[in-house]
Amino acid sequence: MSAEEITKKKSGKGTHVLGSVWKVIANIVTVFLSLVVILPLVVLFLNSFKTKGDSNTMSLTLPKTWQPQNYVVVMKQGKLVSSFCNSLLYSLCSVVIIIILVAAAAYVISRNRKGTNKFLYYFIVSGIAMPINNVALMKVMQVTHLVNTRPGIILLYVAVNIPLSLFLAYGFIGTIPRDIDEAAIIDGCSPWRLFISVILPLLVPMMATLFVLNFMAIWNDFTMPLYYLNKSTKWPMTLAVYNFFGAFENSWNLVSADIILTIVPVLLVFIVGQKYIVGGMSSGAVKG
Amino acid sequence: MDRKKIYPWWFAVPAAAIFFLLCLLPGLLGIGYSFTDWNSFTEKINFVGLQNYQKIFSGHSEYLSYISNTILFTVATTITKTILGLLMALLLTRPFIRLRNVHRMIIFSPQVMSFLVVGLVFQSMLHPTTGFVNNFLRSIGLGSLAQNWLTDLHFVWPSVIAVDTWKGMGYIMMVIIAGLTSIAPEYYEAASMDGANFWQQFQHVTLPLLRPVIVNVTVLNITYGLRVFDMIYALTNGGPGNATGVINTAVYKLFSTGDYAMGTTLSSVLFFFMLALLYFILRSMENKEVEA
Repeated sequence: MSAEEITKKKSGKGTHVLGSVWKVIANIVTVFLSLVVILPLVVLFLNSFKTKGDSNTMSLTLPKTWQPQNYVVVMKQGKLVSSFCNSLLYSLCSVVIIIILVAAAAYVISRNRKGTNKFLYYFIVSGIAMPINNVALMKVMQVTHLVNTRPGIILLYVAVNIPLSLFLAYGFIGTIPRDIDEAAIIDGCSPWRLFISVILPLLVPMMATLFVLNFMAIWNDFTMPLYYLNKSTKWPMTLAVYNFFGAFENSWNLVSADIILTIVPVLLVFIVGQKYIVGGMSSGAVKG
Repeated sequence: MDRKKIYPWWFAVPAAAIFFLLCLLPGLLGIGYSFTDWNSFTEKINFVGLQNYQKIFSGHSEYLSYISNTILFTVATTITKTILGLLMALLLTRPFIRLRNVHRMIIFSPQVMSFLVVGLVFQSMLHPTTGFVNNFLRSIGLGSLAQNWLTDLHFVWPSVIAVDTWKGMGYIMMVIIAGLTSIAPEYYEAASMDGANFWQQFQHVTLPLLRPVIVNVTVLNITYGLRVFDMIYALTNGGPGNATGVINTAVYKLFSTGDYAMGTTLSSVLFFFMLALLYFILRSMENKEVEA
């Protein structure tokens, strides 16, 4: 064996040892990062089972006595059942409308990027930059009789979330080959049928992504109902929590339980949809 | 084939109509109001030209500090979230990390909370006497590091940026992971055959192919940062004093005191700012498409 070969072997072994040390360190770093991120949530969870006195300091200790009844109190006092139904209604309706309208619009705009379509694209996408002007919007809502109504808040969420959704969908549709359309047309498909029975099924992953992203955004929104819904019976969960916090500021055990209950539904949507969210974003993101 | 017939443009009309009525129209009305003296105390609305804009950009107006705070927040959070998101995405796509998917879920999880909730939670966590952070520091003997995180001028910005990073980096990480997994493994095989080490592979394969994703992520972060409201409102409400006041918290205050003209003007400044930004981004993306 030549000297050169020996050093090569040695250094090879060296990097192997170094490699496994690096692997252990990387694993430790990962666990540490996850702990840092999850700590506030664990504190919140533990405190939701404590007594009022114990929860004052929001510490990372186990409850002396577990108080699951906190959750029952919150459900009753916080009117969580009705606000949960409101949140679900607003989120689902808006998201479904957004998906249908955006899929149709993104499809024609992305396929034929000329004239009216090009104008429509920039027209709508400019909305990404639009800060919501609440005073002017209030005027429009009053004139159209949409203020303080459920359809009003749903349409508002649709309008505000269309631009970014269209932007993402536009990138995705570009990845579907045009040959499919041409084949279908040659086979005698009408444009309407082409869209419904050929294109729409191909858009399912993109629509799932839009579903998850918009659902999370709308479920968590707090400013729109603050301005445009004045009746507590129409409030979604975020506003109920805000109000609950105002009334029970010193009962962090109850506030914690309240917060945990609002996180759960959207966490479930995310867990179910996370496969799509990652896939949809990559096709939108890489294509641009 | 006639594209106009296969792809009827009216498919786009319902989306455009709703967007126009409840998003663009109020925005344009707002810009119109920014040239008036409209407030809740006078009956008549008078045209005053550029007077409101002059007020904002003249000498030492407090409005300039709101604008600079907004830019500070945007730049700082864009940098922290993008860098941390990228590092974590690289870490959590390594095959030897145990329970990768669990870690991804955990790091993403703050994303499912509303900003309101995040604000409330961290107000309690960062409370100087009863908060978790200071109590934790004291319990491990580092009590000297305990601070008034949200009321001390030196610590309020780092705290706000840290909280926002805590919430947002998981999302950025997920987008970058999506980008990383869409890079074909052949590139890495070829690179390691040529003897490229990890760093060289990162520099010459990962980074160039990831560029569009990082551009997208940066756009998302910047547009979010410029428009931030809930986060600051719930966490510091612009305090202490006006130290963390941003454009949208100022707009909110102006509206609640009835100064609609000034509020819409400040809102319009933000709009022009974002429109210019969007224009450059769309332009640069069109150029990319031509190349490809």
